[in-house]
Amino acid sequence: MKQKYKFFDDIATADAAFEAYGKDLPELFTNAALATFSVMADLKKVAPKAKKKIVLKNPKAEGLLFDFIQELIYLKDAEYMLFSKFTVKVADGKLTATAFGEHINPEKHQLLTDVKAMTLHMYSVQQTKSGWKAFIILDT
Amino acid sequence: MRLVTTNLTFAEVQPKLREVVDTLFKTVPAGVGSKGFLKISVPQFKQVMEEGVKWAVDNGYGWEDDLKNTEGYGKIEWADASKVSDKAITRGINQLGTLGSGNHYLEVQVAHAANIFDEKYAKACGITTPEQVVIMVHCGSRGFGHQVGTDYLKIFEDAMRRYGISVPDRELSCAPFSSREGQDYYKAMACAANMAFTNRQVIMHRIREAFSKVFQRSAEELEMNLVYDVAHNIAKVEKYKIDGSWKEVVVHRKGSTRAFGPGNHELSSRYQEIGQPVIIGGSMETGSYLLVGTKKAEEETFGSTAHGSGRTMSRAQAKREVRGEQLQKAMESKGIYVKAVSMPGLAEEAGLAYKDIDEVIDTLDRAGISKKVVALKPVGNVKG
Repeated sequence: MKQKYKFFDDIATADAAFEAYGKDLPELFTNAALATFSVMADLKKVAPKAKKKIVLKNPKAEGLLFDFIQELIYLKDAEYMLFSKFTVKVADGKLTATAFGEHINPEKHQLLTDVKAMTLHMYSVQQTKSGWKAFIILDT
Repeated sequence: MRLVTTNLTFAEVQPKLREVVDTLFKTVPAGVGSKGFLKISVPQFKQVMEEGVKWAVDNGYGWEDDLKNTEGYGKIEWADASKVSDKAITRGINQLGTLGSGNHYLEVQVAHAANIFDEKYAKACGITTPEQVVIMVHCGSRGFGHQVGTDYLKIFEDAMRRYGISVPDRELSCAPFSSREGQDYYKAMACAANMAFTNRQVIMHRIREAFSKVFQRSAEELEMNLVYDVAHNIAKVEKYKIDGSWKEVVVHRKGSTRAFGPGNHELSSRYQEIGQPVIIGGSMETGSYLLVGTKKAEEETFGSTAHGSGRTMSRAQAKREVRGEQLQKAMESKGIYVKAVSMPGLAEEAGLAYKDIDEVIDTLDRAGISKKVVALKPVGNVKG
């Protein structure tokens, strides 16, 4: 299976730095979201039972991805949810996504470290030969 | 960061240590997505944002004296809740009284007689008995402050274009201080700071309840007094003598803490003589320190000092070096009882991932920007 994301240890010692990959923008967004929630819990234990619809607009792909990750972090606290599956559509500066997951349950989900925010430090979204990649540092 | 005393000695607490830590673990929610016990309305939360600790004291979550032992009396005057988004409010409204995760902790510590470096100063801070037990809390404004930050990061990105500002890294997003955006952020950030002071106040209220329950004595009888509460991430306008003349500047203490010296008008009468207490966290294995601020800090470092020992190892590497369960056992054999929501999260905070706190403190003491008073050793720990 193709690599979805890769974490880098020594870029930000107190935070979590990763690169996410995708053949297109929807796959890139999905993988960046999965990487973000993998910092917070064991995603194998988070069943995609409940869903949240997310609609966002931003003319730039880079801005849209930032808004998407921030929205998911917001929903984690506001709705007490962890997400383990995503369907994402991106067209003409508009994102339409559904995030699947469940309410946070410390007994069931192997909780890890809380993600407080996505930062703009060293943030980049780039087109590559095989699709897209994004570099993200999360404030944990 | 907050430090609370008790009049209990370690000999009295040791037989009940497990019960104390287990009770604290139950009463102070920690970890990813934790909710507090307080159910408050949006208008009440706005009062928290604007009034800070006073709101908590007025509503029965503290004592009048707690106010004067908190930085700025637990309230930043220029806070304006109308500058905070609904999103930040929704994110933060249920988080009062919660610890969070990462490097946030609640620790039961002992001031061993051999670790008191200045008896007079320790006494002034309420550390009066050999082997006295104290409690330290490290946490902040939780998701609320981060949402405020995220909201303004975006507002500032647009503002930078308009004001023609460019920065080497986009996280340094900014606006002129006197601009509308700059002033709005300053008022919103103050709301986050007030929420953080109040969060730690509510947590301290729960700690007082927990000790009172376990030791069957009131918190007043246990003399659970606040030594001090000081912010670890805040920007304030302050006056300093720069190149011979007094200037107003914005001092942003991020990963740093205020360290005002004796006689500073911001301090209450209790600390006029010795200077402001400074609480510096080490690691959960090696301990933490109580220091006081100095005049030299005001002259040389804008009244600031370090806030913690700092990591030497990434979280992932720490997890490769040690497993949470293994660390918990090793700490227990050293006499530190730990309760953690997350075992991998615990491993990330292992002592080996941090710099040597004693060396860090000695550096600050020798540099004269704070004076060390007591080293505090952990015996019980609650982690997110």
